[in-house]
Amino acid sequence: MPTRRLTIVLAEDSLLLREGLASILDRAGHDVRDSVGDADTLLAVVHKDPPDVVITDVRMPPGHSDEGLRAAAAIRAELPAIGILVLSQYVADAYLSSLLETTSGGIGYLLKDRVGHVAEFLESLDRVADGGTVVDPEVVRQLLARRRNDGPLAALTPRELEVLALMAEGRVNASIAEQLVVSEAAVRKHVGNIFAKLRLDDGLDRRVSAVLTYLRG
Amino acid sequence: MESPKTVWAALASPRYLISSWPWRSYAYLLSSVPMGVLSLGVLVGLAGLSAILSPIVIGILMLMAFPLIGASIGYVERRRAGLMLVDGIPSPHAALPAGLTARARLLFRRREQASMRALGYGFVLGVFVWPLSALLGGLSAVVLGITLATPFIAGHDDVAMFSWKLDSFGEGLLFTVLFGPPFFAVSSYLLGVLAGAEASLAKAMLGPRQEELQRNLAALRRSRLDLVDAFETERARIERHLHDGVQQRLVGLTMTLGLAELDLPEGEGRRLVVKAHSGAEAALADLRAAVRGIHPRVLVDHGLQAAAREVADRMPLPVTLNITLPDRLPTPIEAAAYFVVSETLANVAKHAQATTCELSGWVDRGRLVITVQDDGIGGAQIGAGTGLTGLVTRLDALGGTLDVDSPPGGPTRLRMECPCRLGD
Repeated sequence: MPTRRLTIVLAEDSLLLREGLASILDRAGHDVRDSVGDADTLLAVVHKDPPDVVITDVRMPPGHSDEGLRAAAAIRAELPAIGILVLSQYVADAYLSSLLETTSGGIGYLLKDRVGHVAEFLESLDRVADGGTVVDPEVVRQLLARRRNDGPLAALTPRELEVLALMAEGRVNASIAEQLVVSEAAVRKHVGNIFAKLRLDDGLDRRVSAVLTYLRG
Repeated sequence: MESPKTVWAALASPRYLISSWPWRSYAYLLSSVPMGVLSLGVLVGLAGLSAILSPIVIGILMLMAFPLIGASIGYVERRRAGLMLVDGIPSPHAALPAGLTARARLLFRRREQASMRALGYGFVLGVFVWPLSALLGGLSAVVLGITLATPFIAGHDDVAMFSWKLDSFGEGLLFTVLFGPPFFAVSSYLLGVLAGAEASLAKAMLGPRQEELQRNLAALRRSRLDLVDAFETERARIERHLHDGVQQRLVGLTMTLGLAELDLPEGEGRRLVVKAHSGAEAALADLRAAVRGIHPRVLVDHGLQAAAREVADRMPLPVTLNITLPDRLPTPIEAAAYFVVSETLANVAKHAQATTCELSGWVDRGRLVITVQDDGIGGAQIGAGTGLTGLVTRLDALGGTLDVDSPPGGPTRLRMECPCRLGD
């Protein structure tokens, strides 16, 4: 359950979902400071008093296109300390790419179905608040299905790809080990190999870089 | 041998004399008599009447009706010309815009240039055409009739034929046999030419001009575009309804079920809620797939390139993408191209037994070109299923084409081309 009490701004145009989300977050002991129904209000509210985390829908008024996503990008550019969790109805990687272009963590992209798995959802929220990257397992699964013959991922073994996919979901080594039914030491070894093969610098948050490399395919 | 479509073609045929064409020529020439008389009568009568009535408004109104009389003459005459031109004469009139009142329709027709041309034809028919037709057609018919009747007349009475006097049935018969066929041959050709000339005149005056043909084509194209557009709008409406309504409700349901799971103690009740939860999730996943098929959101938000990438990502075989497109294309073109891409790739995955597939897209001289090539077994063709046929229709409405080259044994190459700008 929550490690700390987060201030949250919620942007979702469907009243039904907004109420549902607010009650889930309330129960978990978070402080839903504002819940808004469109992107402009979201930006205004966030500017006035920055929260810890913004949870936003992709599609919002006035255009019912990807206003939520664009608002998220704007917030990220101005106030990079705010964690951003995007909830989407689509498994589309086009949205994800545009979200990840300017970022290195503190970001999440989840399908709305995932909110129903309350414990997992709250865990993801915490990770985003702590500067981690969380990507929906379904999206990850689809990206994994993209068997590219080229690109940096070609060098990885299937097992390493699996580990990377779980990293993309935002899991720590212990959780990956549990999921794959292997020892944590084995996971560490795989993670080391992945870093080496993707030639990641030490200075960067390598875990996030690995995930980003992965997502950019 | 194919039967001739016009009297000119018929005249060139060796079977002209034993065909129906000489008789059609007679019918055309002689039927022009009542038509010509009627046209002349109506036009002269109307002109006179409106001259008399011109001091009061009704006379001027009658003058305004002249083009409509012309249009009516044109209507009848185009059909009558079917005697000479099997395919008839296409109408030069524009399609009436939808939703006009009867009065507005008449006004529309009255203003058309084609109506004035038809009026002119009515005068020509009334003044020149029918007397000439009546004279030559009538004379020829009379001579032919007398020639046939000669044996009977000669049987009763003497018939003087120049210096030859026919005074028996036998001599009359001899005359008929000797004179009839050559006369029929010569007169038939002459009348055929005359009737053909009249029909050509009718066609020239009553048929559509080049610009009228082009206008009709443009109108047809526009109406088909409207249809595609309406179809697209409807798809978007359904997608939005599902997305904003059904999908949201299902998500709300999974949230409620998720919360219920937290509250319920281990046991049968909780097991059922968990089951309901996974059922709702499965429904959501199905719905997501269905909505994507109806009108993919990515296409609307990010354009063809991103949408094609999504489609490629969902394929079970590796697809090489080679797409360079301008930022956005007109919506109906984007949609048509998207459905070509998704349908084609789905076909490759289902039927081609291919191991690789390459998708390319570019714009060249104002045309969007998309090609898909696989290394599969080939044998694909348009018309085998409904999918590609529907796409061909859509593309056709946009002025585009779809070609499939798929010899048995493969490989299959598909090429789509479509103008990138609408309305030209």
